[in-house]
Amino acid sequence: MASLKDLKNRISSVKNTQKITKAMQMVAAAKLRKAQEAAENARPYAERINSVITNLAGSMIGVGDAPELLVGNGKEDTVLLVVATADRGLCGGFNTNIVRKAREEIVALEGQGKTVKLFLIGKKGYDQLNRLYHDNIVKFISLKEERKLHAGIAQSIGETITEMFRNGEFDVCKLVYSKFVNVMTQDAVSNTLIPAIASIDEESEDTGPDLKGAIYTYEPDEAGILRILLPRNINTQIFTALLENQAGEMGSKMTAMDNATRNAGDMIDKLTLTFNRTRQAQITSELIEIISGAEAL
Amino acid sequence: MANKLHFSLVSPERELYSGKVDQVDIPGTEGNFGVLPDHAPLMAAIRTGAITVYENGAEKQFFVQGGFADVTPAGLTVLAERAAPMSELTSERLQDDIASAKDSLIGLEGEAALAVQQNLDGLNAVAATL
Repeated sequence: MASLKDLKNRISSVKNTQKITKAMQMVAAAKLRKAQEAAENARPYAERINSVITNLAGSMIGVGDAPELLVGNGKEDTVLLVVATADRGLCGGFNTNIVRKAREEIVALEGQGKTVKLFLIGKKGYDQLNRLYHDNIVKFISLKEERKLHAGIAQSIGETITEMFRNGEFDVCKLVYSKFVNVMTQDAVSNTLIPAIASIDEESEDTGPDLKGAIYTYEPDEAGILRILLPRNINTQIFTALLENQAGEMGSKMTAMDNATRNAGDMIDKLTLTFNRTRQAQITSELIEIISGAEAL
Repeated sequence: MANKLHFSLVSPERELYSGKVDQVDIPGTEGNFGVLPDHAPLMAAIRTGAITVYENGAEKQFFVQGGFADVTPAGLTVLAERAAPMSELTSERLQDDIASAKDSLIGLEGEAALAVQQNLDGLNAVAATL
């Protein structure tokens, strides 16, 4: 059995761990509130831009010179998978869930004989996917240096992706990230970024605002608007994904750290019990020694 | 005026304005235009400049950079790439933007150069009013 001193050391070390996890939980809770707020603030923009595109796309489908970002370039051979994860660990299964979703996608796509390229955002996803799919990774970005998420980050990522598409490096682009449902639940999802038309069919039945019979005027023309709007839609979707991820990471971290704190508490209780038992046993045995010594006299 | 226009200004980061107003003046790529209640549906690209909101005789100005104005019977929504209330705008930040826009203009040609030039003109015009 461990000595009293050993037990004491263990108790104090678990107590220190508990302090750390408790502090991390509180930090995560504070950050979660901010992240949730940011995600909510960004929502109107994303919703509006989506409905505008839906609206415009309807009139552009079937037109010969529809932009490739909207309808695709006619091929589906090479798929660029943009996987957004967190840069830090200690947040439960958050990163693992996203990576698992990404792996499912990769396996499914490769099963169909397609080439998969990976564009990774976030260090944790890179660490996990690098082991299995090292040769598929074409780009990796870490956002560790950014203190606060802003639209500029998403813009530069979006521009990189659009540029790659224009250079013909891939045909279809999918974005894998974690959708923030609530603090306990985050769903890893994958959305199609390019062609934009695929994501419209998938999710929204929104047919745009009711115009009461009036006809939209476009300034400049529809094609001109779409040309500016489509890259921006990609940026917005990436930005939304990053924000959702951030909120999810913090929520997941909060839950994980809450569990860790509780486990540490349980462990302290158990160790304290053993410590007291050992101490009492020691006192009892000392007493027996003294008494039997006195009787022998 | 009985009728009011529902106006909301959103940037990717936040919603800056939402409410009923009398009139909004917008810098479109094809020229400035004003939106009054019951405007016909319109979708217009906007350039760098100032949006002016008129409400109960008071004027409020916002700086916008790139984006769209979407007029529907439900109201006017401006989706701006970047937006800020004029009062939050500092001339140092504008000068930074002007400098970087000038830098990126070097070596550009055709349509891209035109877009940057338009941005630069807008920035200069806003800087002049500060």
